[in-house]
Amino acid sequence: MPRMTMIEAIRGAMDVSMDKDDDVVVFGEDVGYFGGVFRCTQGLQQKYGRTRCFDAPISELGIVGAAIGMAAYGLKPCVEVQFADYVYPAYDQIVSEAARLRYRSNGEFTCPIVIRMPTGGGIFGGQTHSQSPEALFTHVSGLKVVVPSNPHDAKGLLIASIEDPDPVIFLEPKRLYNGPFDGHHERPVTPWSKHPLGEVPEGHFTVPLGKASILREGSAVTILAYGTMVYVAEAAAEETGIDAEIIDLRTLLPLDLDTIVASVKKTGRCVVVHEATLTSGFGAELAALVQQHCFYHLEAPVARVTGWDTPYPHAQEWDYFPGPARLGLALRETMEA
Amino acid sequence: MTEGSPLSLHVPEPEVRPGGTPDFSNVPIPKAGSVPRPEVDADPKSIRDLAYSIIRVLNREGEAVGPWAGTLTDEELAEGLRHMMTLRAFDTRMQMAQRQGKTSFYMQHMGEEAVSCAFRKALNQGDMNFPTYRQAGLLIAGGYPMVDMMNQIYSNERDPLKGRQLPVMYASKEHGFFSISGNLTTQYIQAVGWAMASAIKNDTKIAAAWVGDGATAESDFHAALVFASTYKAPVVLNIVNNQWAISTFQGIARGGSGTFAARGLGFGIPALRVDGNDYLAVHAVAKWATERARRNLGPTLVEYVTYRVGAHSTSDDPSAYRPKTESDAWPLGDPVIRLKNHLILRGVWSDERHKQAEAEILDTVITAQKEAESHGTLHAGGKPSTRDMFEGVYAEMPPHLRRQRQQAGV
Repeated sequence: MPRMTMIEAIRGAMDVSMDKDDDVVVFGEDVGYFGGVFRCTQGLQQKYGRTRCFDAPISELGIVGAAIGMAAYGLKPCVEVQFADYVYPAYDQIVSEAARLRYRSNGEFTCPIVIRMPTGGGIFGGQTHSQSPEALFTHVSGLKVVVPSNPHDAKGLLIASIEDPDPVIFLEPKRLYNGPFDGHHERPVTPWSKHPLGEVPEGHFTVPLGKASILREGSAVTILAYGTMVYVAEAAAEETGIDAEIIDLRTLLPLDLDTIVASVKKTGRCVVVHEATLTSGFGAELAALVQQHCFYHLEAPVARVTGWDTPYPHAQEWDYFPGPARLGLALRETMEA
Repeated sequence: MTEGSPLSLHVPEPEVRPGGTPDFSNVPIPKAGSVPRPEVDADPKSIRDLAYSIIRVLNREGEAVGPWAGTLTDEELAEGLRHMMTLRAFDTRMQMAQRQGKTSFYMQHMGEEAVSCAFRKALNQGDMNFPTYRQAGLLIAGGYPMVDMMNQIYSNERDPLKGRQLPVMYASKEHGFFSISGNLTTQYIQAVGWAMASAIKNDTKIAAAWVGDGATAESDFHAALVFASTYKAPVVLNIVNNQWAISTFQGIARGGSGTFAARGLGFGIPALRVDGNDYLAVHAVAKWATERARRNLGPTLVEYVTYRVGAHSTSDDPSAYRPKTESDAWPLGDPVIRLKNHLILRGVWSDERHKQAEAEILDTVITAQKEAESHGTLHAGGKPSTRDMFEGVYAEMPPHLRRQRQQAGV
């Protein structure tokens, strides 16, 4: 099986989808001729023409609003917001329109769009190239929210998202574009070509939305993670020697509660980890669900290891980013509780 | 003012407030027939003046004059008059139904009937409107069943939207009427996207976007004009300038620009301004703009100059912010009376026929109302099920919603 970076996998997903279905169109800022600032759409315009893959004006609300209109017509737009940090101008279109179109029109009109956006920190991106705004979307009924953590899932989940009849927010951890990252910024990064999860099937395949995967089986504690944090969790488990079960949620909405509950009932302990800020972050929802569904199995309070409740800083990158040391500490505390 | 003197903020105010005498003498109204009709493929630069004038067909005597006249037959005009009368009668009955507690909310079209009714007649089957909450004439003139409109307003057991939407937020794909949203101007850019999709698929369908004067201030309006201009989308960008955005006069949204239509010029979009109370003029301009779109010549911006005679909604009292008699002073008159007078002048209509038509229309509306009310009103009779509340959030109900539906006991 060929090995790909996450960028190549994402590009491959769009290529496969555009080839299979003439109604799939791809657009966004710098997405056309140039192939995207992260190269995720490289070559698509040349292959499918300017009316299938094209550059858009710098207007996030325009990109998403136009995509909603196209979806109402019957197309399946897969659009890009250059950084998740810049999605806010489109927030009204996403929340008030895309998410509710099917419901408010009783199915007269639907919105099968995908909004791709690079997310997350760990790249010295500062305040507006590092944010993780997933909780702003998981709070919106009518949306699906997906965060892949490796090339295989990125391709399978993106094809599934494009084929999904509902609007999907597809968050791509840009820190993982070229290789997995466990938070050890002092070490060289392994490229995907040297990692088993870099193996991606050619052609069409899907990874179902709403299904988590167990990255590492364990018996002592369950770590709920997604995106870059799954590798941080792997490193923390290894470094602490704690036999953690690591669940890569993959889809945050709808959530694979069954996998989470089965794991926590087995381990009796749970640590939630995400890059996003703590207060009202997605971790709060996870902690509440675990508490509600696993109360009599819990042997320790559910812990949350997250970004601090501050804007994402520049110079203090590694004091902010929840790395393996901070997660390891929480794991030890949870085991001792 | 000399340099260094204190600055002051300019806050526009309408000419007259409650208690004052309405005065529109400063609103320039060009003579009917005086604005030229360019070819639809005219260079946008050569027709800039049209954004600053007002295209009018019906003169004071009720005659159709000038180059924009003659797009409709007598029969079509009589039908148009009936559409406007129907919308007015519908409004009156639904306004009353709201006062009687049969629904929570209603919004009238009083004075603006010509805009949506005449525009609809320039569209083909398959074209798509992206309306606001004040274009129900698109449905009336498009043959949408009135009973279904009422079912929606009453949120009853036959409500096509299952009781999920506020009254007047209709949706019908078949009738070219996109789902109305409470969020202003969001549909304007969506209309452009729909039109782009039609062009991407080499289709022949076009889109029509709708916005009021106040809502042009939203960012979506700007985005729509950029996208329409960039991709030459087959869309007609309509602005209904009824002078008021709830209590806010149009000068607050318009600011220093001469007209709303003029906003199109900066985007290279041809812009026309039309007498919104002149059924013939609205139709002629709509025909011109839709033909441009169909011939792949790109978007057109149209400003309809009209006046919101009624309250903003059933929750509004205009006497708190404008003179009670202001609508009487509006120089462009009443669209229904103007078309009626024109048809009488042509010898195809009369006061007697008008009265008879009024009675027939009222009868039709009351019959529809009785049928709708037999399926329930907001607080009485048949209503959508609680199960309906959980359906349609997604194509397939995810597990967490199934759990919540069980919790709700349905």
